[in-house]
Amino acid sequence: MSEINSQTKYSSAITKSSGSAHERWRLIKDVIARYGVVIGGLGVIVAIALIFFYLLYVVYPLFISATAESVNQYEVPEANLGKTVLLGVEEQNEVAVRFTDAGQVIFFEVATGKNILTQSIKIPEGSHIVSFAQGSPNNEGAVIYGLSDGKAVIVKHQYKVTYPNNIKKITPVLSYPMGEEPLLVDVSGAALEKIAVKIGEDASTIVARSAGQIRLAYFEKEKSLFADEVAVTRTDSVLDYSAAEVTDILIDKDERNLYFLSNTGQLALFDIVDKSSPKLVNEQNILESGLKITSAVFLNGDLSLMIGDSSGLVSQWSKVRDKQNRFSMQKIRVFKVSDKAVVAINPEQRRKGFVTLDADGMMGIYHSTSEREMIKERIGHALPLSAAISPRANALLVQSDDNLISYWKVDNEHPEVSLRSLWQEVWYESYPKPDYIWQSSSANSDFEPKYSLTPLVFGTLKAAFYAMLMAMPLALMGAIYTAYFMTPKMRQYVKPSIELMGALPTVILGFLAGLWLAPFIEEHLAGLFALFMIIPLGVMLFAYAWQYLPKDLKESIPDGWEAAFLIPVILLSAWFAFSVSVPLEGLLFHGSLREWFKSEWGIGYDQRNALVVGIAMGFAVIPTIFSIAEDAIFSVPKHLTVGSLALGATPWQTMIKVVLLTASPGIFSAVMIGLGRAVGETMIVLMATGNTPVMDLSVFQGLRTLAANIAVEMPESEVDSTHYRVLFLAALVLFVFTFVFNTLAEVIRQRLREKYSSL
Amino acid sequence: MIRLWFKSGTPWIWLNAAAVSLSLIMVVGVLGLVIGRGVGHFWPHQVSQFSYQEPDKQPQIIIGEKVDTSITPAAMAKSTGYIMADNEDTLVQYLIKTGNRDVTGTDFRWIQERNVKAHSEPSDMIVIERREWGNFYGQLLEVKEKGTTIATGAQAWPVLQTKIAETLAIFKEITHIEKKEVGAINYGLERLRLKQRKLELKNALDDTAKQGIAIEKAAFEAEYKQYQVKLTGLYQKLRSDSMVAKTESGSELVIPLAKVVRVFQPNAMSFLDKILHYGNKVVEFLTDDPREANTEGGIFPAIFGTVMMVMMMSVIVTPFGVIAAVYLREYAKQGFITRLIRIAVNNLAGVPSVVYGVFGLGFFVYILGGNIDQLFFPESAPAPVFGTPGLLWASITLALLTLPVVIVSTEEGLARIPSSIREGSLALGATKLETLWLTVLPMASPAMMTGLILAVARAAGEVAPLMLVGVVKLAPTLPLDGNFPFLHLDRKFMHLGFHIYDVGFQSPNVEAARPLVYATALLLVLVIIGLNLAAIVIRNNLREKYRALEG
Repeated sequence: MSEINSQTKYSSAITKSSGSAHERWRLIKDVIARYGVVIGGLGVIVAIALIFFYLLYVVYPLFISATAESVNQYEVPEANLGKTVLLGVEEQNEVAVRFTDAGQVIFFEVATGKNILTQSIKIPEGSHIVSFAQGSPNNEGAVIYGLSDGKAVIVKHQYKVTYPNNIKKITPVLSYPMGEEPLLVDVSGAALEKIAVKIGEDASTIVARSAGQIRLAYFEKEKSLFADEVAVTRTDSVLDYSAAEVTDILIDKDERNLYFLSNTGQLALFDIVDKSSPKLVNEQNILESGLKITSAVFLNGDLSLMIGDSSGLVSQWSKVRDKQNRFSMQKIRVFKVSDKAVVAINPEQRRKGFVTLDADGMMGIYHSTSEREMIKERIGHALPLSAAISPRANALLVQSDDNLISYWKVDNEHPEVSLRSLWQEVWYESYPKPDYIWQSSSANSDFEPKYSLTPLVFGTLKAAFYAMLMAMPLALMGAIYTAYFMTPKMRQYVKPSIELMGALPTVILGFLAGLWLAPFIEEHLAGLFALFMIIPLGVMLFAYAWQYLPKDLKESIPDGWEAAFLIPVILLSAWFAFSVSVPLEGLLFHGSLREWFKSEWGIGYDQRNALVVGIAMGFAVIPTIFSIAEDAIFSVPKHLTVGSLALGATPWQTMIKVVLLTASPGIFSAVMIGLGRAVGETMIVLMATGNTPVMDLSVFQGLRTLAANIAVEMPESEVDSTHYRVLFLAALVLFVFTFVFNTLAEVIRQRLREKYSSL
Repeated sequence: MIRLWFKSGTPWIWLNAAAVSLSLIMVVGVLGLVIGRGVGHFWPHQVSQFSYQEPDKQPQIIIGEKVDTSITPAAMAKSTGYIMADNEDTLVQYLIKTGNRDVTGTDFRWIQERNVKAHSEPSDMIVIERREWGNFYGQLLEVKEKGTTIATGAQAWPVLQTKIAETLAIFKEITHIEKKEVGAINYGLERLRLKQRKLELKNALDDTAKQGIAIEKAAFEAEYKQYQVKLTGLYQKLRSDSMVAKTESGSELVIPLAKVVRVFQPNAMSFLDKILHYGNKVVEFLTDDPREANTEGGIFPAIFGTVMMVMMMSVIVTPFGVIAAVYLREYAKQGFITRLIRIAVNNLAGVPSVVYGVFGLGFFVYILGGNIDQLFFPESAPAPVFGTPGLLWASITLALLTLPVVIVSTEEGLARIPSSIREGSLALGATKLETLWLTVLPMASPAMMTGLILAVARAAGEVAPLMLVGVVKLAPTLPLDGNFPFLHLDRKFMHLGFHIYDVGFQSPNVEAARPLVYATALLLVLVIIGLNLAAIVIRNNLREKYRALEG
């Protein structure tokens, strides 16, 4: 097309070239083009740098530490209405709440401390408040007041957001979910000294200590199908537990486990699935003598307890199943928060983080899974009393002994990830031991994300290993033969056909591997293993027999056609391998090799496993290695080989001692590039493995690679979330890995080229 | 003797040769597998009727196509739990496609050969391809119009043929109206809404503008009503006819003709009929929309999407690739910088494709696209226009991915042009640009072509990055249509490679979809091998040409 165009332009260029203005224009054009081309050429480097730096830019926030800054400090609003028992902040960080021990609820502005609304809890005449507890913060802000006459009041604080005149307005509301009439917990009317509550959708549990006993009251709502009426059935029980020492009572959100803590470190776990007869599961002392428990809360999700003590340690305890299938409380990890006593622990409401206050006025924000200390700041010099972290974990209120409330802004986006949690074993909640686990998402918000890249890197290397195991011998041996022994005529066709293999879309290879090869191997496992042994044997036999061929027949066939003759031989041996494997399998392995592996060795079999991936991905990698290695061997200068042959070496000796040695850098770089391809290959592993992120060396087990993981999870991950950034990190790891290998390979290849040209 | 033989090295040479043979066998085997399975899909298979009786059970009739045969040795069958008699060497099982998913709940079942009492292929067996519930296998009983029987027995078949032809014509008209005409109205209404919102944002929504919009809206709605009436009539006509057919268990099933795509009697077809049928099916496959969650029908949108994406990509990648290659060959001093660039090019080629996808999603879609949306399309917020995966971003991402292919190939072409040609041009007074533009580049154009073809082949087969930057399993509209501005770069599209992955692995009925996946794979393989062969041929011709020049 440009042929004709260029002709016309050419002639016009000549006729007009006389004018000097035109001359100048020509030169200007030339200069512009020069700069354009230079910029375009350098653009390639820019592109590769852009990819790298962009990935780094997305990943970087994972590792920066969090910050907190004090925004304001103000007097405690309505300080005369009693001591604070609970501080709370709503979702938008605009309204905060203070519950007092006198049953007063004060809503105030977070930023300034200005009072918005004060309400008092309805308490019957003649009784007074003796205890207070919070449901979990996730639980729509339910709190309970225990009264002196054995009754209890449950109150919820909620916030309605409305937009009158397009301006956001937040209205705090107090409500009584179980009715305004106080609930009678202790029939005898003794004061409820300690209390705990959990309000669920259909059921609520109250546990209280009164008159030396622990009482449990369980309310179950039953909605009848037709009427709007709700019938509440109540179950009461008294726990068989010495109550005198109990200082903390905690009920988990499923209302199935009940925990008691005493000051001195006695931790008891009750199974309250059956509310009428709670069972003691486990009781143990969790503190060294002399220390005291100063604070105990659930971590978000209510699966583990954070227990702060007087020595400044916060330990995480979780209910763990042991080998005998019994449950016990296990110390998962310990945080050294301070040298002074821990005053308060506040869990974050959507993550596994928590805020600690110590007696010295220091505030710390930690994350349990990653074991990171995100923030350590001094709040003030007075003893802190109470703190509240907002639902989005970006604001913090702390009240201290000098009747001041400090308002802090917190920037703590990605506490879940640390180098440790990415690469090392982590003890997750409810797991029996520390482990490498990748499990990124779940439906509910109190799920503990498990971002261990180790099983993915393991899977990647495992897949690459098996692929290279298959590809390397075939590709290198093929390259040696094609470059050196094959007749040029045959090489002319063989090389492009094998390179064509590399052009096959990997999605097709993956599809065949997953839907055809995997079931095939499952059925003919023994045949496949027989194949590995019988083909080389068959080839050797044929080669041995070849030399006994009649001489004139042998001489009529030129050298270098061996590969062509071997095709029927290989096909025949393959057929033989599969047919002989059936009776052999019956004879040696009771009919099925798969079952035999399972019963004799305990090796399980997944249909889509590393063997399938190895074969399929090996197939994809062969052309890459073959092509580069073949080039390297083929371009070994002829005078070297000719010299060697002239000195009396056999062709094979020349091959091994001269050609391979000279070409070895090229072969090495071929293997590097092949490995790079195997590591980054996505579609084949996505389709031919079960994508299970397990760490198992067995060739019959599935795996999940970094690349497949990205392809599976990236479309669903929320932009700029920790998950999103961790996936970018996986991409960065892949990028750096292949970058190193490719650069190495390319440098070696360039050196080799120079060497050849000097020879 | 053997020791000597080993010492000579001959056996190792043979083993190396075996590696080549094995690789060749594998290439041919894979191609053969895809071709064999892909080609067979459209052939009308015989429908068999089996009298089948499992031990201690009632005899039953099974009707269907024999899809697969599995032969298990007795020992293995025993160990997997089958009861085998002593004189049986093997357990032979057939996979039968019985269809009638609406009746039995499954499409396929395995039967054991030893339980088959009788096997026949009655010529009156019909296969109905339906718009839902998959194929139907059975016998035709009668044809009904508005609930009354109009033909039974032997006359039913010819009547059915004409009725179906009529229904299909109506169906086609309905699809045309719904997709084209009503689609255009909806598109117009959406544009009006955006226009209104844009004026609102600019605070320029005065009464005249409002009025104008209201008038346009009314016009659209009037048009829509008109089509609505027409559609109601057509639907009534469409739903009037039905047929009654007998299933294998003897029960009768009423199938509305509106749900029927095609009815045929494979056992009664002649060889010529079958070829005709085959041709029809191939045409349907290439030109129709998919049905039944992509497991039936055609793959036209996927072909179209692939072609569109590849074309866009070519437009982007060619200039950049050529410029980079020209820089490397013609402008740059061979030294550290060129070395660095070559390493960069090599790295670009070696970076896993899914990393490009991640980069494309983060950088192009969220950063570039997000900013474009904020600047130019504030009216459609919060729905993203370019801030979501789509055709444009997929094309750019793949252009980046295939850049090294074009660079390497073009550079090779430039290197083959003898320097005497450049020198001649420069000696005649041409500037470097003129030399390049008028002599070197035209001569190197076949090399560029080769690079482009290879890039296209690579892009057509690449799936992993596309999954992140724009491909979907089912796109409601094509990226090119009759609505202004015709080419919708922001739309998501379907792609052959992704279609294979999606239908083969994510579809609810993988077994039924498998033949279709093979056919799609075959198409993709043919396209890619064709492109690669073309590139090889062009390259070889080029080499010949310059060999002549040099000589």
